[in-house]
Amino acid sequence: MSTITGRHGHKIVGSVAEALADLRDGMTIMVGGFGLTGNAEALIKGVVERGVRDLTLVSNNAGNMGKGLATWLRARLIRKVICSYIGANEDLHAAMASGTVEVEINPQGTLVERMRAAGAGIPAFYTPTGVGTVVEQGKEVREIDGRRYVLERALHADVALIRAARADHFGNLRFYRTARNFSPAMASAARTTIAEVDQLVPLGALDPDDIHLPGIFVHRILEVREHENPFEYKTTRPRPAGQGA
Amino acid sequence: MPWTKEQMAKRGAAEIPAGSIVNLGIGLPTLVADWLPEGHAWLHSENGILGMGPFPYEGEEDPQVINAGKQTVTILPGGSVFDSALSFAMIRGGHVDVALLGAMQVSPSGDLANWAVPGGKIMGIGGAMDLASGCRRCVVMMNHATKEGEPKLVAACTYPLTARGVVARVITELAILDCAGDAFTLVELADGVSLDEVRRLTGAPVRG
Repeated sequence: MSTITGRHGHKIVGSVAEALADLRDGMTIMVGGFGLTGNAEALIKGVVERGVRDLTLVSNNAGNMGKGLATWLRARLIRKVICSYIGANEDLHAAMASGTVEVEINPQGTLVERMRAAGAGIPAFYTPTGVGTVVEQGKEVREIDGRRYVLERALHADVALIRAARADHFGNLRFYRTARNFSPAMASAARTTIAEVDQLVPLGALDPDDIHLPGIFVHRILEVREHENPFEYKTTRPRPAGQGA
Repeated sequence: MPWTKEQMAKRGAAEIPAGSIVNLGIGLPTLVADWLPEGHAWLHSENGILGMGPFPYEGEEDPQVINAGKQTVTILPGGSVFDSALSFAMIRGGHVDVALLGAMQVSPSGDLANWAVPGGKIMGIGGAMDLASGCRRCVVMMNHATKEGEPKLVAACTYPLTARGVVARVITELAILDCAGDAFTLVELADGVSLDEVRRLTGAPVRG
């Protein structure tokens, strides 16, 4: 295996504690996942054990069913949540009702585009989403070529915690199915991106054409072989008669 | 007789041209998938699937293959997965042909309210605003009135808006109506339902 030197060397860490060593109270942390799918389970658990506080959490759902990021809410680590959907997340409803956590709701496409913009060096962008709704309140609205757009700001983070299926030692990542969701945009928007990966492979094992996220956006890599991967809503259809399992 | 959910879903399916890209919202629109002939359209799910298939057979469900409602689904041959930024570029960029969405209120000008009830629990926005304002054609499927009998087709939305002037057509259990600016115009009545009955349960003018 070839060795990588410089600031993109030595990304592999051996423990959750080592992966999370830079975390501090008051940080803004982006966490990948669509509900409980694509969660960096070991890192999420590690943040609770570490006990950093006053966090601003950026996540599409902030957990569900008491699992995933809902454990951060239960442990009272969070000061503010920036998300797109709460739905059945009772821990977030309870935190909102008690006034202990401030919640900012963004349209989902705006939420991810704010991250993408941050990662791409674009400070703000005009979008048609949210025009004429509460979303445009307090923001600049401008007409361009006869259509109205609202100005949305880039969203940066101190740390992103993401999950991927495979990583090489440079941090090139491959994701699995719908576990990808917000993780690539978050990785680009955060100063430090920590990837929890199911499998670590040598340099060269990932074909350059098959890399979903180049390692330039990844700063620490933790291999975790076992994941719970919980179901939120297990839906199935009946197998047609005569077709055995 | 008002249409059953299945009959509504069948009419929803008729709104989808062959070969189009479609996003089906949570609730009634989800049932439309059962009425689409195999290979008729490409289903888009905003969490990152194009070419979404039906629910998996029991024992084949994968917790990392889900739709935007976080239900387990399958991916059809020719399907693809991608990240949320690209998924919403598809929506916002006008690449999704049809969105079939649920709603709480719709006005004749096409205003849509489908994400929050005043004074109710805040469920969040999710992809609703992007879908409503980004898809080329937006068709709503909903009950004609609330459980309390209040019209959901209203002269002006009183619930928080999702998007302005976006809804083209509304399918309810009583009728199919188009948003025509100053009034709804009747497209089809359910068998045995009268135009007067539709007008009684609609909070805005209905042209026959």
